[in-house]
Amino acid sequence: MNAATYTGALELAAGAVLVSAVMTLWRRQVRTIVTMLSLQGISLAAVALILAAHEHDGALALTGLLVLIVKGVIVPGLLRRIARLDPRSRETTPLVNVPASLVFAAVLIVLSYVVSARVTSVAPSVATRMVPIGVATVLVGYFMLVTRRRAVSKVVGLILVDNGIALVTFLLTSGVPLIVELGSSLDVLLVVVVLQFLVINMGEQLRRSELDQMKELHD
Amino acid sequence: MTSSFTATLAYSMPASALQIVLVALGGPLLLGLMAKIRARAEGRVGAPISQPLKDIRKLLSKERLHARHASVVLPLAPIVILAATAVAIGIAPLITTHPALGASADILVIVYLLLTGSVAGALAGLDTGTAFGGMGASRAMTIGALAEPALLVAVIALSIQAGTSNLPAIVSSTLAHPNWVSGPSRLLALVALVIVIIAETGRLPVDNPATHLELTMIHEAMILEYAGPELALVTLGGAMRLGLLFSLVANLFFPWGIGSNGSLVGLLVGVLALALKTSVIAVGVSLIEIHSAKLRLFRLPELLAGAFVMSVLAVITGLVTR
Repeated sequence: MNAATYTGALELAAGAVLVSAVMTLWRRQVRTIVTMLSLQGISLAAVALILAAHEHDGALALTGLLVLIVKGVIVPGLLRRIARLDPRSRETTPLVNVPASLVFAAVLIVLSYVVSARVTSVAPSVATRMVPIGVATVLVGYFMLVTRRRAVSKVVGLILVDNGIALVTFLLTSGVPLIVELGSSLDVLLVVVVLQFLVINMGEQLRRSELDQMKELHD
Repeated sequence: MTSSFTATLAYSMPASALQIVLVALGGPLLLGLMAKIRARAEGRVGAPISQPLKDIRKLLSKERLHARHASVVLPLAPIVILAATAVAIGIAPLITTHPALGASADILVIVYLLLTGSVAGALAGLDTGTAFGGMGASRAMTIGALAEPALLVAVIALSIQAGTSNLPAIVSSTLAHPNWVSGPSRLLALVALVIVIIAETGRLPVDNPATHLELTMIHEAMILEYAGPELALVTLGGAMRLGLLFSLVANLFFPWGIGSNGSLVGLLVGVLALALKTSVIAVGVSLIEIHSAKLRLFRLPELLAGAFVMSVLAVITGLVTR
């Protein structure tokens, strides 16, 4: 792979991770949000595979394949099933409305570029230049966790945080050991499975899945 | 000095005039093409593609009629709309990278020429004092105000890459660096610009161009008081605006085919390439239209805020990867 193609492909894949993070804030339909999440998983895997091809790193390629399967296919598939269990398919009343959260996302992205400028200046390279994208994805994920009410949206926020952290590790250290990545991926998978039971139980007892309503379960 | 003057006289001036004539004829044809695609998708035969041109010709031969309370603004607005759009078309790089006054074809000039036309239209909507006109004008201005930051920031992303905000220069430097086109900054700016252009030309998710006398209409409400030749001018102005915006997207993102060497053959190739590229964009936009319902007015800020964030992202990635 020559240098120009490597740079272009890496920029495109990392850019796709950030765009899909913003899209999850933008769209309301849960099914579209989950599609964006699977797009993000696939782009994240693409980043790992491009880095692996560039550095001839077999373990990283294996990690990339693992990410592709877990975050690109299995987790979105499970979330899609959960969304189908839920009677209402839209994020209707986020705590911060959509235009405001998009503007806030823009601020978060600028912030992450400012903050990570020092990190990237230590070892400037094509890969480290993309680190702010990972930081921005983490921040957008936290923002989603805080401002969205639906259980599915909260899990999407959590997965955004995880994807952002994974992106930063790929870019800075060419990936953590396979066993660590395996652990964190399975962690996310477990969270999604737990959520599925939670949504089923809440659906039976409350007929809705806003986590705020859980207060009524006390006593 | 003299040689550049003769070059302007012999090449740039006729090329600019050709651009204006081309968009004046092509804009309505693009509208007809989009209506045709929609009709076919709905299982109808649909009107011929030249129908908007025929409508304009029919309207031009009708009597001039004004509302009783109309002031001088009503008959003047169509002329302002048409003139501002025509000047913008004349100086923009549509079929050649050397249009007349090309040095002043800054992106801000084009945006504000188009905005002059929008403001004239809104004033005309308010002029007769009808409820529909005022409502349409207020909505059109609201959408315009929301779309403008996204449009400007998206274009700034392009100018960062090229190092200039002069449109012909941006197009020429894109021709010189074909690998820019597939960069993430360009793609993000493209997405933002397509959304803005759908809003600016009043196409479907934002405004339904096919409605008459509905509470949801925007552009049609604004021009409700027009009849005859003046309606023809307003319609032509709208069509030319659509033609210009489509051509700008075509040339900023896929500049190939545009005449860049000052020869007559290059100009003819430019005409054909422009017709082809804008038709492709028209097909794309009408496919979006077929698959979307009109958004509620209060959901529009969401769509345009999305476009704004995309353009901010385009600028940031452009700055970082420069």
